[in-house]
This record gives sequence, C-alpha cells and structure tokens, in this order.
Amino acid sequence: MFFVFGIAAGAFLAVTLLSNHQPVNVDPKLVSELKDYGINNYNQLAPQDIFNWSVLFTVKGFVLMVVGGFLIGFGTRYAGGCTSGHSIMGLSNLQWPSLLATICFMIGGIVMANFILPSILRL
Amino acid sequence: MQVKNSFIEKVNTDFEVRSLDSVCINTSELKHPWWYNVKYLAAGVLFGIVLVKTEVISWFRIQETFRFQSFHMYGVIGSALVTAAISVWLIKKFRLRTIYGEPIQLYKIRFSKGQVYGGLLFGFGWAITGACPGPLFALIGSGTTVIIVTLLSAIAGTWIYGYFREKLPH
Repeated sequence: MFFVFGIAAGAFLAVTLLSNHQPVNVDPKLVSELKDYGINNYNQLAPQDIFNWSVLFTVKGFVLMVVGGFLIGFGTRYAGGCTSGHSIMGLSNLQWPSLLATICFMIGGIVMANFILPSILRL
Repeated sequence: MQVKNSFIEKVNTDFEVRSLDSVCINTSELKHPWWYNVKYLAAGVLFGIVLVKTEVISWFRIQETFRFQSFHMYGVIGSALVTAAISVWLIKKFRLRTIYGEPIQLYKIRFSKGQVYGGLLFGFGWAITGACPGPLFALIGSGTTVIIVTLLSAIAGTWIYGYFREKLPH
C-alpha cells in the first residue's frame, strides 16, 4: 500500500515539478492514424480525448477503461506476474516460464493494438 | 490445551498458500512498527517519477510499441532488464542479505498454462488501457483521474480470478 501510494505521489511530483511541459512526441504515422479516431490531444500521458469521465459512460469508454482494467487484473494473476514481475524480474533471473509469459504479453498486445483496438476506437 | 494452541499458532501455512500464486512470495517474519514502511513509500515515489519521465506509462507509447514504430519502450525495458540481471547476479554471487540481515531467496517459477492464457489476456489489457498494474497508480497521480475506475476494475479482475481459479486450466 505504501509503495503504490508512493507511485501515485511520484507521478504527481513528476508532472507538476519535473515536467518539461512538452506533449508526448510519437511517430508521425501513429499521429495520422489516431487522428482518424478523433485523438488529437497529446498533452498528457493518457489521451484525454478517450480517457475521461464523460467517455466512461459510453460503450467505447466502458470497453477501454472497465474491460481493459479487468483484463489487466485477471491476466496478471492468471499469468502469475506482470511486466515487472515476469519481463524484468523473471527474465533477469533466467526463468523460462517468464520468457513464455513475456512472449504472450507481446503477442496479446500486438494483436490487440493492430487488429482489435482500431474497431474499439471506431465505436 | 494451552500448549496445543500455541503450537498451532507457530505453524505458518501462509507461505504455501501464497506460493501458489508465485507473483510475489514474502517470507519475512519480521514485525516492524508502521513507519518502517516509509521506505517503500520512497521507493514508490522514485518508481512513479521514473514511470512518468520515461513515458512508458503513456498510452501513445504503448501503441507505438505494439506497432513497431519506435524503439522507445524496448530500450527502457531492455535497460531495466540489464540492470535487474546484474543486480540478481550480484545478489547470488555475494549472497546479499536484506537490510535487516535476512537471506534473499529467489524462487524458481514453475510452468503453468496461465502464463499463456493469462499472458495473452494481460497483453490485451495492456494494449487497450496503455497500462499495466503499477502504471495505473502512476496515471492516476499524473492527473488522469478516471483511471481510478480502471484500477477498481483491475482489482475486481483479480478477485474474479481468485473465485474461478479452480476451474481454469493451469
């Protein structure tokens, strides 16, 4: 609990005191793709056009924020770890199940980002 | 009766229950006053700053990563991995202990089908929300307050997993 509260506090410090006030600078191809989905605001780490309280109560927002969150929680426990647990800690300790989990994280992410997410963003 | 009770109290079965999860096994039996936990707060603050400044918690960066449009994420995770690997090697080599002198044990991770199914589901969630568990807290701190809902949903996901664990393939 202390640790996760610290993460939030650290993030708050980073965006208030340590910020360079620059938008997130991403690949131009991604910018043009996201434009089609009405995502133009790069001022914060999460796209404010789709991650906000009013979008939450739409089908798109529900899938993005509620279903997405559920998959994180469920998947993390089912896989027995997350990015830091498997991909960083497990791999650094040369555990092959962690490599398998990391590969599956990547496959899941690639499939979602390229083939499923575009349809969700069009909702 | 008295003797029996005190014996039962000493047998700690917590470890076996928790080792089923293999997420994190804390075998420390030390008891400390609450303010000993402040060091975890400090570690969290540092982690939060790093997550924000490296932009690895950015939904945009995650989309870039999974579209192979940028080296950014691979570079950050790669260097974290190198640092961690050196640390693990040093811990093993010099049999380092915790700051309270307890030995550090690194457990072998056993194979389970969960690493495949759970891994894929986690990957889906990662790409949708642009976050994994730690970053959810960082995103809330960075001002996207609606992520509180995503966090609650993730916690619900862990509960539902616990509820159906017996029925899922492992």
